[in-house]
Amino acid sequence: MKAVLTGRHFMLGDIACAEGAMAAGCNFFGGYPITPATETAERMALRLPQVGGHYIQMEDEIGSLAAVLGASCAGAKAMTATSGPGFSLMQENIGLGIVTETPCVIVNVQRGGPSTGLPTLAGQADMMQAKWGSHGDYEAIAYVPNSCQEMFDFTIKAFNTAEKYRQPVFVMADEIIGHMTERVVIPGPKKIKLVSRKRPKGKKNYLPFKPDKDLIPPMALAGEGHAIHVTGLTHDARGYPVIDEETQHEMVTRLIEKIRRNAPKIWEFEEVMTEDADIVVVSYGAASRSAGRAVNIARKEGIKAGLMRLITAWPFPEKRIKELAESAKAFVVPEINMGQISREVERFASGRVLSVTHAGGGMLSPEAVLQKIKEVAK
Amino acid sequence: MSVKGAGDEGRIETGEEHPLDHILRRDRLPHIWCPGCGLGSAMTCFAQAIEGVDIPLKKQVLLSGIGCTGRIAGYVNVDSYHTTHGRAIPFATGLKIANPELCVTVFSGDGDLFAIGGNHFLHAARRNVDINVICVNNFNYGMTGGQQGPTTPVDAKTTTTRYGSFEHPFNLPYLAAATGAVYVSRWTTLHCRQLEKSMEKALQKKGFTFIEIISPCPTGFGRPNKLGEGLEELRYYREKSVIKNDASWDEMDLHMRGEEPIVVGDFVDTERPTYLELEEQMLRKRGFMK
Repeated sequence: MKAVLTGRHFMLGDIACAEGAMAAGCNFFGGYPITPATETAERMALRLPQVGGHYIQMEDEIGSLAAVLGASCAGAKAMTATSGPGFSLMQENIGLGIVTETPCVIVNVQRGGPSTGLPTLAGQADMMQAKWGSHGDYEAIAYVPNSCQEMFDFTIKAFNTAEKYRQPVFVMADEIIGHMTERVVIPGPKKIKLVSRKRPKGKKNYLPFKPDKDLIPPMALAGEGHAIHVTGLTHDARGYPVIDEETQHEMVTRLIEKIRRNAPKIWEFEEVMTEDADIVVVSYGAASRSAGRAVNIARKEGIKAGLMRLITAWPFPEKRIKELAESAKAFVVPEINMGQISREVERFASGRVLSVTHAGGGMLSPEAVLQKIKEVAK
Repeated sequence: MSVKGAGDEGRIETGEEHPLDHILRRDRLPHIWCPGCGLGSAMTCFAQAIEGVDIPLKKQVLLSGIGCTGRIAGYVNVDSYHTTHGRAIPFATGLKIANPELCVTVFSGDGDLFAIGGNHFLHAARRNVDINVICVNNFNYGMTGGQQGPTTPVDAKTTTTRYGSFEHPFNLPYLAAATGAVYVSRWTTLHCRQLEKSMEKALQKKGFTFIEIISPCPTGFGRPNKLGEGLEELRYYREKSVIKNDASWDEMDLHMRGEEPIVVGDFVDTERPTYLELEEQMLRKRGFMK
């Protein structure tokens, strides 16, 4: 069986995500069933053994991410997929993945929360959890797909970014996209660009956490004879725990700067009719489909509206928001939560920012977005 | 050699090279453990065991969770992962499955493995993942200053059981055997030879193995329970330990007081297909592997 199912498919979002992982060279999945992400786990359980990979169903999501990190340390391209309650349990080991610089992909097919919330219905209310969920300072990277094709494409992007920057990367999908079936085109394997983590060049003078100029240290795997020590404690370039202010400053600053300095290379977005827009709608995931429709209707009615659709929510493309804020009168931010990314837009937009909220459980309607656009246009 | 970090007054002079020096990260010594703690002995036994077996050091991986025992991973000079509290076993599970050539050992404490990490232990034993788990049981949370843990005996004093513990403790060999470990053994830190042999056996044995090491914690457990300093507790082990490989599960309960014995020995040594062996069997059966 092939890892890359080249061709045109009519495919469920969650399955497209799994196929994206397969195409990215994923060979380990540690998971725990949870609605609405179960189909990704099921697909990986079917597909991984066909190519010599491993699927393991762990006892909970804490164990799932622990196994994923362990597998990655042994050289696997590893992932897990979950939803809100599981994502909460993973926060502990997300921190471990950040501080040990262990690449992996974590998919969150968001459902309504808090707590058990709405297992079968959509939400986008884990966006700030993706940014701030684990304790301590770190920079998150999160892709936000809005179609089944993007479930495939962005999962590959997530693997590449994780490998490049050596850290866990999120795919923050939602129930609507995960449970939707659409056309998905899978290119030939040669057309899929893959990135692999940087490896040490020889053993001499190798220090496992000594970064190169790009702030990323080459990664040695278990069993290669480097006798590395990897710890969740604050550590120096040797990987040894050092419990003091200076080492903490050096380590945390580098981990943050590794992403901040490269943020313009990581963040991605798509713009429609923003050149002359008075009102810029900023949206992502399922909600951005309604946002797009609302912008089209507004244009037909003579309102100069445009859409900035996020491809990465984290790092947040702040520079572009600042630029758009120079000419736009207002920003409208529709999302299936009570106003999360809208706060981020507010931080960088000097003008007015209006939130279009939805508590979760369904699709945010184009009408709701259009109404807000019209209010602002008056 | 003078040891960095010991301070001038505390300068430690060491003599000739020790035969195990290459197994330890000398640049990280002295270790953080208290005088009289059993962890040094437990680590020495492990260092001897990994050198004694016919598995290259570069294929040995040592993992631990959090706590005093959790620091062992940082002192042994092999690939080592000091993970989150209680999560060394699932981390080790992923590592082993991703690279089955590695010999993977989790070395951690009773609180880490059986309180916060208890569920992971049960499931790794059930799956018979080919990893070794070594638990240093000192009956309390030492790193945080001597609180009650899942193995604290009834009536024992800790900083959170000021009136005596009123929880039933785990009987670890019983738990390990019941959940599917293929090798289960218990020794005290006094039983260095037997412990080293058990470790060698576990390292070479396929499947989920479990060794419990009864260890003194004079600071956290010995003092409030009048077991005395480390040496006195070792004397206590010498007086009370009984080697009994065919002991009943009840006999393995630990009281750590009065006339009750400390039953030690090799309790379980059996065979069962490992996780990866069963995976391969199923895939062959369905024609996905030649």
